[in-house]
Amino acid sequence: MIDIALLAFLAATALAIVQIHNLFAVVMLAGIYSLLAAGIFVQLDAVDVAFTEAAVGAGISTIVMLGTLSLTKERERTPIRMRPLPLLLVVATGAALLYGTLDMPNLGDPNAPIHRHVAPRYIEESGSEVGVPNIVTSVLASYRGYDTLGEVCVIFTAGIGVILLIGGRRRREQDKRAKGAESMDGGAGGGGA
Amino acid sequence: MRHHLILRVVAKLLIPAILLFAFYVQFHGDYGPGGGFQAGVIFAAGIILYGLIFGIEMAKRVVPPSLVQMLIAAGVLLYAGVGVASLLLGGNYLDYNVLAHEPIHGQHLGIYLIEFGVGTTVAAVMIAIFYCFAERGR
Repeated sequence: MIDIALLAFLAATALAIVQIHNLFAVVMLAGIYSLLAAGIFVQLDAVDVAFTEAAVGAGISTIVMLGTLSLTKERERTPIRMRPLPLLLVVATGAALLYGTLDMPNLGDPNAPIHRHVAPRYIEESGSEVGVPNIVTSVLASYRGYDTLGEVCVIFTAGIGVILLIGGRRRREQDKRAKGAESMDGGAGGGGA
Repeated sequence: MRHHLILRVVAKLLIPAILLFAFYVQFHGDYGPGGGFQAGVIFAAGIILYGLIFGIEMAKRVVPPSLVQMLIAAGVLLYAGVGVASLLLGGNYLDYNVLAHEPIHGQHLGIYLIEFGVGTTVAAVMIAIFYCFAERGR
């Protein structure tokens, strides 16, 4: 019941995001969308994922989007026109994905392939092999430590990329402009800055 | 935001609690939900809140950008360093069993250290991104 309510809110929020042209409202709705998704994850007993979704999706990314908005305009410049070909493509892809879900095992089916590969070993042996009560942590940090190292490297690369792209560029431009002004003065003013 | 008295007072009350909660999530991740990723984001949120309320210059005095940039790399280095340490101690890469006398203790130590590395990098990257956007905005 609560699943259906959350999913209905999720769909309504997504439709509202598509419809509204005020970007500030869109950012806020995206935050609400993440919070609803976090609620669904809690409902699915995936507390760690819900925690991450609430902190990253609803928290930090909303702030970053607001930061972007303060650099750009608050409204979309041109309303997007309805075009038949992309719509057809999206509908076809969606239908194909829905058709694909028919083959998938039911939610929580214990005989699903994903629950029969390595998951039983993690659940049975984690207590004696790793000894950490939270199995999610033991899988994330120990069994799959190499994957997590890759994820941290992704975050590292993203941070360095943002710093290189938009960090400090403005200061350099100002320096260049200041230098240009100085050379135009011909050094007559000296320490005018 | 000099004149927003209520915001400033509430932020002053909230920020220590947010930072403390981040450390709780960081070091309690072995026992409950949470871990380095979530803790890093929450810690960064505390600093970003400070920056939003008291101005970016004040935030930079608390957490200087040069320190942030060092911490971005330090977290990854700590994580990868744990792997190298386990290699040098005779195990596989990121095999924590060899880090202490008993495998379980080694696992605990390894997870503790790499989660700390994850938290450091995540928090530093989030703060750095916030600084970049705030700088551009002016």
